[in-house]
Amino acid sequence: MRQMPRTASSPYPKSSNRRPQLNNLTDLTLAAMREGLAARDFTARELVGAHIAAVEAARPLNAFIVETPEIALAAADAADAALARGTAGLLAGIPLGIKDLFCTKGVQTTAASAILKGFTPRYESTVTRKLFDAGGAMLGKLNLDEFAMGSSNETSAFGPVISPWRANASDAPLVPGGSSGGSSAAVAARLCAAATGTDTGGSIRQPAAFTGIAGIKPTYGRCSRWGIIAFASSLDQAGVLARTVTDCALMLEAMAGYDPKDSTSLNAPVPAYAKALDGSLKGKRIGIPREYRMDGMDSAVDALWQQGIAWARDAGAEIVDVSLPHTGEALPTYYIVAPAEASSNLARYDGVRYGLRVAPDGGTLNDMYEATRAAGFGHEVKRRIMIGTYVLSAGYYDAYYLKAQKVRALIAQDFERAWERCDLLLTPTAPTAAFGLGAKLADPIAMYLNDVFTVPASLAGLPAMSVPAGLDAEGLPLGLQIIGKPLDEQGVLNASYALERAAAFASAPTRWW
Amino acid sequence: MAVDHDMVARVAGLARLKLAPADVAPLMDELNKILGWIDQLQAVDTGNTQPMNAVIPNTRPWREDAVTDGGIQEDALANAPDAAHGFFAVPKVIE
Repeated sequence: MRQMPRTASSPYPKSSNRRPQLNNLTDLTLAAMREGLAARDFTARELVGAHIAAVEAARPLNAFIVETPEIALAAADAADAALARGTAGLLAGIPLGIKDLFCTKGVQTTAASAILKGFTPRYESTVTRKLFDAGGAMLGKLNLDEFAMGSSNETSAFGPVISPWRANASDAPLVPGGSSGGSSAAVAARLCAAATGTDTGGSIRQPAAFTGIAGIKPTYGRCSRWGIIAFASSLDQAGVLARTVTDCALMLEAMAGYDPKDSTSLNAPVPAYAKALDGSLKGKRIGIPREYRMDGMDSAVDALWQQGIAWARDAGAEIVDVSLPHTGEALPTYYIVAPAEASSNLARYDGVRYGLRVAPDGGTLNDMYEATRAAGFGHEVKRRIMIGTYVLSAGYYDAYYLKAQKVRALIAQDFERAWERCDLLLTPTAPTAAFGLGAKLADPIAMYLNDVFTVPASLAGLPAMSVPAGLDAEGLPLGLQIIGKPLDEQGVLNASYALERAAAFASAPTRWW
Repeated sequence: MAVDHDMVARVAGLARLKLAPADVAPLMDELNKILGWIDQLQAVDTGNTQPMNAVIPNTRPWREDAVTDGGIQEDALANAPDAAHGFFAVPKVIE
């Protein structure tokens, strides 16, 4: 009767605990949850119920903006029925968190901005629809930096997310990374099996690295952007945060695919990523970009990078030295292109069709626009709208925006040249481990520098993944990044899988909440 | 290229962001720090490089010239701060 696809032939180790106690259901990987559900070791209702309890107990993390236990339980019951009938989808009964940048029908969607408080979409984003069609159970909407603008989840109008991790012998709060900080915190704290994220300049990979989990941003166009609140449309791409590479692969299979409603969506078949994972890098050439070795690089990050190179070699890869000469220009390019697109995209928040309206007594329509936007947008969003408006304005367009688009072309060409010599690139994900809450708020450029290793692949639209690989001297997680050719998510996932197996990263945050 | 007080006010007007007079000077300092940092791009030789606005080569898709959406007035107005007679309502714009 059980016709749910079994994982008996899969390469990843089966969960050793075939009859998990109900109180460790939240520790299972997504793949192990699928096995347990298919074997009827536990029901979807039990699995989802355990996660709802975990979400409620973890409110000090501030990871969720909205909790939707009734939606999750309804999906669980539907999954139990489908499992009994043998018609269960890929993610039947799997507890998921959804970044609050994805429009969800009937559930408040805010992009963590005061300007959208109370906005309740009347439609479903393509990615969430695909996840729900596959049987996924949404536990709620996850906090993020306002309009995904930030690297620490501190710009949210709903308050910062606190990382479940703490440094050794310290109880100082740390950031979970950003902008997908609610997603990273929730997955790391075992509140959900996996979460959606979006990545514009590193917003999946950097938070994944900061919280000791895996995260993949696929090729630009792999996942539909329809129904995702826009930040910078030529860069925005949906992806996954989960605790293992296999779990990311399963989620991505469900999320990716062509969508006629997004004209930049790529019409290419989506492989069964998880089944093809074998961790062998025989015949693969892995490039090490020399420009990613920065002056004053954290020694633990550098040491882990060298360890990663050794792991890749042990898995059969040939290591080659490559050059990406315009790496240093990627961040300033990004901080022209992304604010320019954001200033255009965010023009829609005018107090007319949805969201906040502030209309001064006796004021004009223009007064309403200006007062609404002044009251509704936070400081970082205003700063980026100002930069974007300036670089697009008459007299400055050529010097800034056009120049940045040309440098962006050079950055993409760097990667194309590298692909003549290698199949994948291996780099650190972020220059440091997670920092303290508030540590970088006073200096926007210091905050922007967090994304120095992730932004180049975003500008070139390439698939890239962070995999947890070790701890620094303070006991905080560090990630390694794999970057691949366009549409080679499979290669990226498989190399990450090889690193994951070699690193055998088993650390989890100690519960303090 | 640095922005001055008037330029900050002009850009805020273009962006429809009301700035309190006291906010202009601190914002000007922040913008100038960021603009000073991104000015390093001016040193990059972009010669004959064509500007990039699409990262992954993709042809513009065609679709049937058919109506596939519409008839959703109620949905469109559902989140409006103010709606009347089936329309979005705004402050008076004609004197």
